[in-house]
Amino acid sequence: MNRIYLDNNATTIVDPRVKEAMEPFFCQQYGNPNSLHSFGTETHPAMRLAMDRLYAGIGAGDEDDIIINSCACEGNNHVLKSVYFDLIRNGPKSEIVTTQVEHPCVLNCCAFLESLGAKVKYMPVNSDGTVDGETLRQHIHPDRTALVSVMWANNETGLVFPVQELAEICRKNGILFHSDAVQAIGKVSVDLGRVPVDFLTFSAHKFHGPKGVGGLFIRKGLKLTPLLHGGEQMSGKRAGTVNVPYLIGMGLAMEMAVDNLAYEDSSVRRLRDRLEDAILAIPDTMVVGKRKLRTPNTILASFRGIEGEAMIWDLNANGVAASTGSACASESLEPNPTFVAMGISDDLAHTSIRFSLSRFSTAEEIDQAAEVIRQSAQRLREISSTYKNDK
Amino acid sequence: MAKNDLIGGSLWEQYSAKVSERMNDPRHRGEISEAEAKALGARLVVADWGAEACGDAVRLYWAVDPKTDRILAAKFKSFGCGTAIASSDMMAELSVGKTVDQALEITNIEVERSLRDNADTPAIPPQKMHCSVMAYDVIKKAASVYKGVDMASLVEEDIVCECARVGLRTIKDVIRINDLKTVEEITQYTKAGAFCKSCLRPGGHEKRKYYLVDILRDTRMAMEQEKLFAQADAADFAAKNLIQKHRAIEKALDEKIRPALAADGGSLEVVDIREADGKVNIYIRYLGACKGCVSSTKGTLQFIENMLHQELAENIRVIPV
Repeated sequence: MNRIYLDNNATTIVDPRVKEAMEPFFCQQYGNPNSLHSFGTETHPAMRLAMDRLYAGIGAGDEDDIIINSCACEGNNHVLKSVYFDLIRNGPKSEIVTTQVEHPCVLNCCAFLESLGAKVKYMPVNSDGTVDGETLRQHIHPDRTALVSVMWANNETGLVFPVQELAEICRKNGILFHSDAVQAIGKVSVDLGRVPVDFLTFSAHKFHGPKGVGGLFIRKGLKLTPLLHGGEQMSGKRAGTVNVPYLIGMGLAMEMAVDNLAYEDSSVRRLRDRLEDAILAIPDTMVVGKRKLRTPNTILASFRGIEGEAMIWDLNANGVAASTGSACASESLEPNPTFVAMGISDDLAHTSIRFSLSRFSTAEEIDQAAEVIRQSAQRLREISSTYKNDK
Repeated sequence: MAKNDLIGGSLWEQYSAKVSERMNDPRHRGEISEAEAKALGARLVVADWGAEACGDAVRLYWAVDPKTDRILAAKFKSFGCGTAIASSDMMAELSVGKTVDQALEITNIEVERSLRDNADTPAIPPQKMHCSVMAYDVIKKAASVYKGVDMASLVEEDIVCECARVGLRTIKDVIRINDLKTVEEITQYTKAGAFCKSCLRPGGHEKRKYYLVDILRDTRMAMEQEKLFAQADAADFAAKNLIQKHRAIEKALDEKIRPALAADGGSLEVVDIREADGKVNIYIRYLGACKGCVSSTKGTLQFIENMLHQELAENIRVIPV
């Protein structure tokens, strides 16, 4: 069966050119970059090129740091835990402010820090599904708030948060600002020359790089206690031998992601809209969030009368890979905070399916997927006890 | 288990082949119309259970022969995940051919076991067990519709978890049947406590009459006690301690002696039990018509002693006071 991958917010295919760029660093130039001999030093030019590409990709300055680590989950843990160690554990601050809709790696990390005595405030989203400046102002306090952490784009809905406005408010109030940009890189412009965030995190595998490698941007002059103590790699800021081939792959993946932003915004968006229109042509469906507020690749759709996991099972059986944030076995049985804020009925809380495209998605795939989705919705509504076919 | 757990399995990989098969092609999906039921000479019963907001809802259709109470056909519709669909399908299948009262005996455990490929491997992962509980509940609902009685007469009226509509008896049953030891397990099996979490323990979102922590503790304590009693009852009379001996004596008196005395308007009570010189001396007091009866120190006393010798031990001596 010809399978169609529409779960690119979970992970992406590695671009074959990225794989090719990594190839020589497994069996030929396999030296440890910290070694003094030629095996070590011969890795340096490619690593420098990769770092240049990463810095250019997010608009970082030469005085800023981009710590190479294992993923955004590590980066998020690093920022939150180290801010706790540096500013909260022994003062002078006491609070972290984040949102109710962050990725579990931020929310669970915050819950852990709460157990250690930190105070964490979780901002609700507004009727657009994002956080606005007014809400942020109500939650921060210049003397108490150590850090504000707000994702650049939401993994489930694709909604893009007004990071520039939020970061500027924090800057004015002397509060550190972190953004988890894992769903933003390669989908929308992330330019830290313009947006005053202090910490930013990303993972290569979300933009056609390999899994298991990511980056943590630290604005110049800021200190962050290491999460991993050990050797002097990354100037002592993150111990552990750098994963050379993966860094090289991530560098190229970043460059291509940024080069493809225009394609993403035009062609991927067009395909996304085509799929979205096809879904909305099915009766009793809706899509969460305004199109112009979302990343160009994401659709969180709701099919009335169909439980989400049953639908992804059926889609999978017919060759379409999608995901649901509301699987009935998942921990998050509480109403989705985005749904609540946007006034979406509780009845739809378990009916959402996420489709996420990439620059590898084709028009043929989208049309085929649209047909599979239509048939699946029809089949499942026929056996649905809650869907009224005559409505 | 650690090695297998570390890379994390997909829930779907833990489904039995039977579950997958019924998810893809449920045999009893659909509905039964009034006309179809009539053609079978049956009464149509339709029952709904669950709600979309909770993530699970099921509707059960039964065609029941009103003369024999036998379920001639069963169909279902579902708003639920694949496990809920497969469980509902199996539940419908198991109910066909049974009387309504027999169908009430079908438990979620039986549904799950029937979905296994082999007896030792669960058909679904524990997080998904609550989906089979739905199948169990809707049968009760259908039976209540058929019998024209309030479902409360078939299930408990004491709802512990409002969000998931799970009652006290279901929770106690699930703890007992599955030997559950943690509140998390109760939530996995029944969905109770999975939503607003108020019923997990005091101090939550809203005040509740029952809390899962208390029900679990009390039920485990009762199970523990029953186990001790069962062990004590099984032990040899001579090996029992005095309290256990007292229980055994009272039990024997209740079963074998008191009914006979009651037939003549009398009874007796145990006043004391003393162990001395290898004998068990039971001091009794006659009540009612036995009091002052001539036989009470002769024939009746002999009858009581013989019976206790036979039931419990030869070294028992019964002494009226």
